[in-house]
Amino acid sequence: MTAVAVTGTRVPSATSRRLLAAGTLVAFGLIDIFVFGLLGHKGDAAFAFSIQGAKVTIPTVHVPARPVSYALGIVSVLIGVGRGLVAAKPGLKRLSIGLVLLFFIISLLLWSDSGSWVSGIPINVVVLLQTTLATSIPLILGALAGCMGERAGVINIAIEGQLLLGAFMAAIVASAVGTLWLGLISGALGGALVGLVLAAFAVRFLVDQIILGVVLNLLISGLTGFFYDRLMVPNANLYNNGPTFGTWKIPGLGDIPILGPILFDSTIFLYLTYAAIILVQIGLFNTRFGLRVRAVGEHPTAADTVGIRVLGIRYRNLVLGGILAGIGGAYLTIGSVGTFNKDMSSGLGYIALAAMIFGRWTPLGGTLAALLFGFTSQLGTFLGSINVPISPYILGMAPYVATIIAVAGLVGRVRAPAADGKPYVRA
Amino acid sequence: VTQDASGGPPEPQPHEPELPGGAPELPADAEGSPQPTGAATAAPAPDRGPFRGLDRAVWEAISQGSSTVVTILAIFLALVIGGLLIAFSDPTVLHAWSTFFSHPGSAISAAWQSVAAAYSAMFEGAIFNPHTISAAFHGGSFGAIFYPLSQTTFQATPLILTGLSVALAFRAGLFNIGAASQWIGGAIVATYLGFAISLPVVLHAIVCLIGGFAGGAVMGWLVGALKARTGAHEVIVTIMLNYVMYDLLNYLLGTPKALQQPGQSNLITPNIHTSAQLPHVGGPPPQVGLGFLIALAAAAGVWWLLARSTTGFEFRTVGANPSAARSAGMSVLRVWVLVMVLAGGLAGLSGAVTTQGFYHSLNTLSYGTYGITGITVALLGRARPLGVVLAALLFGALDTGGTVMQAATSVPVDITEVLQGLIVLFVAAPLFIRAVFRLRAARAGGGMEAVAKGWNG
Repeated sequence: MTAVAVTGTRVPSATSRRLLAAGTLVAFGLIDIFVFGLLGHKGDAAFAFSIQGAKVTIPTVHVPARPVSYALGIVSVLIGVGRGLVAAKPGLKRLSIGLVLLFFIISLLLWSDSGSWVSGIPINVVVLLQTTLATSIPLILGALAGCMGERAGVINIAIEGQLLLGAFMAAIVASAVGTLWLGLISGALGGALVGLVLAAFAVRFLVDQIILGVVLNLLISGLTGFFYDRLMVPNANLYNNGPTFGTWKIPGLGDIPILGPILFDSTIFLYLTYAAIILVQIGLFNTRFGLRVRAVGEHPTAADTVGIRVLGIRYRNLVLGGILAGIGGAYLTIGSVGTFNKDMSSGLGYIALAAMIFGRWTPLGGTLAALLFGFTSQLGTFLGSINVPISPYILGMAPYVATIIAVAGLVGRVRAPAADGKPYVRA
Repeated sequence: VTQDASGGPPEPQPHEPELPGGAPELPADAEGSPQPTGAATAAPAPDRGPFRGLDRAVWEAISQGSSTVVTILAIFLALVIGGLLIAFSDPTVLHAWSTFFSHPGSAISAAWQSVAAAYSAMFEGAIFNPHTISAAFHGGSFGAIFYPLSQTTFQATPLILTGLSVALAFRAGLFNIGAASQWIGGAIVATYLGFAISLPVVLHAIVCLIGGFAGGAVMGWLVGALKARTGAHEVIVTIMLNYVMYDLLNYLLGTPKALQQPGQSNLITPNIHTSAQLPHVGGPPPQVGLGFLIALAAAAGVWWLLARSTTGFEFRTVGANPSAARSAGMSVLRVWVLVMVLAGGLAGLSGAVTTQGFYHSLNTLSYGTYGITGITVALLGRARPLGVVLAALLFGALDTGGTVMQAATSVPVDITEVLQGLIVLFVAAPLFIRAVFRLRAARAGGGMEAVAKGWNG
């Protein structure tokens, strides 16, 4: 039934999809040319590549803003037109999207740093990327959690709730006990608990998984809000005054110019994220465990026939994914600000979900998409901080609009694991 | 009315044959054979159980868990869990339980008192407060007796409309998480029309309502069109649009020429003209906002659309089986766009009614949680118009009572969100309710059909 049903409603043809993607790329190029080029200011933009106290300093680079925007825009338009004329291979498609986005961002930065509102302060690329990585941690871990569930055939909309409960548990335990590690573990357990409940209701009680996720998010928002008002507000010093993890520079690696400060001078959370990406990617695609998971996600009946425990794998994957998302949530409190606030996950879980879809249900793809969204939101903050004459609210929309464009214009109809979202009942 | 609202023409589902009162025709040993999902009267086995006739029907409904019974048990279980949360987060109760082994009685009574105080404050705030009766006999106003119920209908009004929005989309197989964005779209247009133009009394209010519907409809159209044209999944698009609209509202509220009240630095619009406001029907306290009546009319309209019109039949067919709908010559894409336009319009109308009827201006927090609660209302109401109205009244009562409870007992109002979440979670999981209450799991049904489609659907 599924094959027929899917093709029955699949209307956008390959050609119209290609033209849509091409149109999107051309539109980005035109913005480069006309908005950032034509409406931009004369003069140079400056990019700095070192942070204070670095062992090796790299000179600041000055770039003429308008000519470079024109050039990048023209190249983008050409790439778009090319995409419209020829059907490209998947690798080439991704490359074209990546290049056009990169050019767009460079043009935007050139425009913002050459404007009259900046008094010649260079854009520090290293700091921008450092903060991007930090803000992406919950997004990446959330996307990995989504991957774990959906590859086994269970849709996980409750990433948002997992982040929120992880943040709450980490804050309250770290604050009450005073031990950061216990906070981290509790955060992970909070995420795992949501994963377990999700699994129980989705796998055992066959509840519609999208509905279930939304309801769990609502429930967790209510629960954490309830305990926030009931416990944390009256006893803020005891329950919501947690310590935070400091940064730890990896000896040697952390001193590499440019890359060192970006990649190897952060909190334990970033290193855990690296480990999680590698483990999930290899685990899903290079091990017997992963083969079984994917079999369960694509064709549970067949998997069951050869003796794979379908339900067991679904339970396990959701709990493991929950641990990851819980750590991502813990980052929000004990990894950065220390204190918990009502609904502080503020939609990050949903963006992580979109990142996973944008990344086509692969850990690496999801990670890249999460980084893109993290960068977009960090860029908004950054532009606001240099007084670019755009309302902070408009800048704040950027990651969400980017997600819509990504899902609609560039990805379009996606192909999830075949059994994703369908409860398995042995016939 | 229940039957009409839930039934209409036969659902386009293959497993639901026409079996009017089918129970008597079935052989007595048909317990294990496939049976139609539906009312609780379909159970055979005349000799089982101690009951006969109507009694037996009632007993069968309870023991097998019809959808009404599951709903009631879900609400009960949610209240029990909520009560445990209230009791065991109360310092007084915790202190009493620390001496449980020496004074078990006082520990239990402390817990009971804590829960009883919270829930009775909630009930008095939402439904009826006994003190108002004695007060009325001692010179107070009789109207005050109805004050809580009036408040409940106020709270329920926007929820009915956002609930209908989500429910309508559900019936066509789409999950509209974006009622919040559509609410904001509608509220922005209605409020702007309300203070920026001048029109005669009745006309002005109508123009604003239409504007609100249109504002929400545009947001809904965006979702439907993106899904139809590019295949972008509506769940992602609607969630993202919510956040976009939160920011857009803030932006417009902070822009003097757009929505911001002149001479204000706060993010708030001017009050709408009196001519655009929706009056209340009835005197003070026993009163109902005109908005509530509009919401009821909208529910009737949605019922007519789904149950009696060709368009509604197409909606339900697409929702049940898109490829069958396509084979039958219906345009699935057109249905997606149209249903999202209507759903968006309903949510937009919610924004218009809330602004015109109650607050008369917009600020950064006006949208509240109407959108997300609309989802739970639609789910609890099983995506049927009458069910949505009842569910919205229940949740309106919880919201009203919750505020009163927080003031009276210092139990945080967030407990209502917990209760709402638990109720819907349990309603969505009839198998869980059956397992908890040891009901016979004789057949599927009593729960919700799978309404939301996965990413591939």
